[in-house]
Amino acid sequence: MRTVIFRTIAPSLAAIMLVFSVFVLLRGHNEPGGGFIGGLIAASAIAIYGIAAGVTEVRSAIRVPPLNIAGFGVVIAGFSGLLSLGEHVPYLSGLWAFIPFGNSEVAISTPMVFDIGVYLVVLGTVSAVALALEETEEDHHD
Amino acid sequence: MATSAHTIDPGDLPRAMLEVATSLNDYVIVLPIVICLMGGAFLLLVRGWRGLQLGLTLTFLVAIAALEVQLFVRVLYDGPVAMTMGNWLPPFGITFAVDVLGAGFALAATIATIVVVVYYSTDTMLREVRYGFYSLIMLLLAGVTGAFLTGDLFNLYVWFEVMLIASFGLMIIGGRKIQLDGAVKYGFLNFLATTFFLIGLGYLYGLIGTLNMADIARVAGQTDSAAMIAVAGLFLLAFGMKAAAFPVNAWLPASYHTPDSAISALFGGLLTKVGAYALLRTMILLMPAARDVLDPVITVVAVFTLLLGPMGAMAQTNLRRAIGFLVIGGIGSVMAGIAISGPYGVPGGGLYALHSMLTMTAFYLVAGLVEQISGTDDIRKMGGIYRASSVLSILFLVLVFAAAGLPPFLGFWPKLLLLQGALSTDDWLLAAAILVNSLFTSIAGARIWAHVFWRNGREGEPATASNPDLKPVSEAISRPAILASVVLVALILYMGLRPNILFESARIAASDLLDPARYTQAVNLEVPER
Repeated sequence: MRTVIFRTIAPSLAAIMLVFSVFVLLRGHNEPGGGFIGGLIAASAIAIYGIAAGVTEVRSAIRVPPLNIAGFGVVIAGFSGLLSLGEHVPYLSGLWAFIPFGNSEVAISTPMVFDIGVYLVVLGTVSAVALALEETEEDHHD
Repeated sequence: MATSAHTIDPGDLPRAMLEVATSLNDYVIVLPIVICLMGGAFLLLVRGWRGLQLGLTLTFLVAIAALEVQLFVRVLYDGPVAMTMGNWLPPFGITFAVDVLGAGFALAATIATIVVVVYYSTDTMLREVRYGFYSLIMLLLAGVTGAFLTGDLFNLYVWFEVMLIASFGLMIIGGRKIQLDGAVKYGFLNFLATTFFLIGLGYLYGLIGTLNMADIARVAGQTDSAAMIAVAGLFLLAFGMKAAAFPVNAWLPASYHTPDSAISALFGGLLTKVGAYALLRTMILLMPAARDVLDPVITVVAVFTLLLGPMGAMAQTNLRRAIGFLVIGGIGSVMAGIAISGPYGVPGGGLYALHSMLTMTAFYLVAGLVEQISGTDDIRKMGGIYRASSVLSILFLVLVFAAAGLPPFLGFWPKLLLLQGALSTDDWLLAAAILVNSLFTSIAGARIWAHVFWRNGREGEPATASNPDLKPVSEAISRPAILASVVLVALILYMGLRPNILFESARIAASDLLDPARYTQAVNLEVPER
């Protein structure tokens, strides 16, 4: 798999996919997209980079073990629901804040925080699986 | 969608959002699950700090238990409570609805988990801690608690899945060949059961357009009864499989003895009982009319499960496999409760499931200690443990009596209720099966006890020869483990001696299952009739 072409392209491809995954995540609430699909795109980026550059390099590049990313995602998602506690509404209620930003306004909401949690969970879990699979492959073929 | 073509006047639509403020006290409904999930994730994050894992896990578990005690007391005095996620009104949002049955089961599950964690901490290999053992325990408890507290059938399915995933992980920790073998059987059959459940859910939603339990209880009687029987049949099959009731019980003895004994204890105590709980919930609360039609089937299943469980245990030479069969026998009692129904059967079945949760957990824990001392899982080679540890022999005997339903232990009272119910409905077959089950269970248990404790040495050796394989487990290692088992057995004894509160709770739980009025009211179903 490690052809020169693939190895040259893979880092930029992975970078574009990661940026795109964030774009997909953030447009998610009202348009197609969201945390799950965004996380899948990001995990594919990690997987592609892993195939091209080797699992060891990916692990050192993302610094945090993928499972920690997933665990952090669950904590964030759970926390987004707990924000409802202060507003006297049931768990996981959608709370919105509109922050004026120039001529426009930025919508910050608990569904978005929840979605970011989902994004991290999917990214962490799927890339943990992908890296583990690629790792055994390396052991057998190299 | 056709509706988008018309202009919609918001005034014509039924209200969808809740407009009253939620009391902070109501958070006690969701917090146990939130703590389980977030705690499990947090434990995963700090899995590098091995010293922290046990302390953090116990802190989370004790917090959950405290919340559940509060929840239990509240539903006991004030009736069912509910919270619908995301500020939606019930049929639209996902509801968590807690009655005495759910709160009691959730509390018992947490207590069993605390005991198992304390027990496990004494013989944990560090490798397993790093691989997220405690996270998986929290995830398993999240699944179990979620199943007990949810008021939405599809959400129940989700919690079943959470539980399954966590149990896969726990079952293969250690990675021995026999564990993988057990996990494949366990996994395949449980996935099959989940699929049946999902098919049933699809039919039900097609029939009545709602999966909110309170809403189902409200409208189930008004729909096509033949179709409802099909749905109830699917649920009976699916939950029967989860609970390991008679024709679909093969996976349990094939898998529960394979993982570490602490994990067996957690599975034997909690997992089948979630199936039993789901049966009580669906058959009694949601589809009583369909249950009446299926009654002969449930009776046959109950009778066979009651008899087959202890008979299987008699034939086993593997200690934990034998206990697996006793778990199945206990499920027979719950099925008998569902078959009898009414004011005796429902509290009897529910109380028996609660008893089985605690007793079977303790049983597996004690079996684990026995295996540790004897270094084998074959009861023919275990002889002479009475001399090595008299405490264990007493614990084991108490548990045999409790499982068989002999007084003064916890198991006696639900059996009494069931018997009373069977006799009051002139169901002689079930009454006989319940009694024979007790007899067989004591025979099976006594046989194991005689093999393991009473006899001096291994099978086939002279009676005077002692067992050379027994190794004294060093005090330091086994003391917390024995203590954990003693605490659980003491609880079983105490609840057996003071059954009044149990009877009262079981009565309230049963009346809320038999008459869904309070449950429906708690869920706040005031939506205009469709």
